[in-house]
Amino acid sequence: METGMSAFSVDSQTVTLILMAAIATYATRLGGYILVNSLKRIPPRVESALNAVPAAVLVTLVAPPFVNSGWDVRIAMIAALVFGLRFPGLMVLVVGWAAVMAARHGFGIGM
Amino acid sequence: MSFSEPITTSGQIRNGLKKGFVIVLSSAPFGILFGAIAIDNGFSMAEAALMSAFVFGGASQLVGIELFGHHVAAWMIVLSVLAVNFRHVLYSAAVSPILGRFPLLKRCLSFFLLTDPQFAETEKREEQTPVTFAWYIAMGGVVWIGWVGNTIVGALFGSLIGDPKAIGIDVLLPVYFLGLVMGFRKRHNFLPVLVAGAVGSVVAYWVVGSPWHISVGAALGIVVAAILPPPGASDHDLKDPALETEAA
Repeated sequence: METGMSAFSVDSQTVTLILMAAIATYATRLGGYILVNSLKRIPPRVESALNAVPAAVLVTLVAPPFVNSGWDVRIAMIAALVFGLRFPGLMVLVVGWAAVMAARHGFGIGM
Repeated sequence: MSFSEPITTSGQIRNGLKKGFVIVLSSAPFGILFGAIAIDNGFSMAEAALMSAFVFGGASQLVGIELFGHHVAAWMIVLSVLAVNFRHVLYSAAVSPILGRFPLLKRCLSFFLLTDPQFAETEKREEQTPVTFAWYIAMGGVVWIGWVGNTIVGALFGSLIGDPKAIGIDVLLPVYFLGLVMGFRKRHNFLPVLVAGAVGSVVAYWVVGSPWHISVGAALGIVVAAILPPPGASDHDLKDPALETEAA
C-alpha cells in the first residue's frame, strides 16, 4: 500500500498469476463436461471424494485462524457459526463483523 | 434459433437480465469485499478487476488473494484456486446436456460463466422451459459485469480504509469461509470431512507451517471421504446444498 502504487499499475508477474488461476478455474468449469463426454460413469468413491472437496478445503481456512487468533476473532467466529445454522451467508458476515467490533471497541478485547 | 420457442428471444433476454440482476445484488458484498481485501493484500485496482474478470469465482479469488498477501508461491496459489473451484467439475458435468446443445464457441463461453448461482438458475430453468443461449448469456453477462464493477467499488473503498482491524474487516474472510463451510453441512460425510480437514490443517500449521496446512488438511478430508462408504444410490447428488446460501 505504501509503495506509491497507482490504481492502474499492473505487475507482469501478478498478471501471469491471475491468468494461470483463470485457466485453472476454466478447466474446472469445462472439466466435468469433458469427463461426462468420455466417461460412462463416475465411481461412487471418486464422487464421494469430489463431493468432499469444498468442505475439506474451506475448513482449512477456518480452523487454523480460529485456533491461532485472539478471543476477539474467536467470539466473532462462534457467533457466526451459531447464526450460520439458521441464516444465509450475508447475515452471517454481518453478525461476525458486529461481534468483532463489539469485542474490540465495546470490551477492548484484542485491540 | 430455428426451432420454435415458448417465448420470444427478447423475452428470454429480459428474463435472463432480471435473474442476473438479483444475483448481482446478492453477491455485491462479496465483490466489494474482494476488491477491498485485494487492495489490502497488495493488488492494484486494475489487478483486482482483472482477476474478477478472468477468474470470475468469488471464494477462489478470496482464497487466492489471501495466499498472495502471505507471499505464498505462485503455483501453490494456482493449486489452491483449482482446489476451491473443484466443485465446478460437478456443475459442468451436470449441465452438460443443457450447454452441450449450444454451438462450440457459445458453449465455451457458457462454461466460462458457470458460477454457483448461474448453475442453480440454469438447472431450475431447464425444469420449466429449455434453456436458450440468449437467456443464459443475458444472465451470465449481467452477473459478470456486476462482479467486476463491485470489485472496482471495493477496491476504491478499500484504498480509503486505514487500519483494517479497527473497522473489523480482517475478520470478514474467516467468517465468510465459515459461512461457506456451513453451507455444505447437509452433504454426505460432512462431519468426518470437517473434523479431518480441521485437525489436519491445525496440526500441519504447527508442524510444517503455512501454506502447506491447507493442502495437508484438505487432502486428509478428501481421503476420509473416499475411505468412508459412499452414499446410497443417490447418483444425482450433483445439486449443491451450498447453492442456496451462496445464491441467497
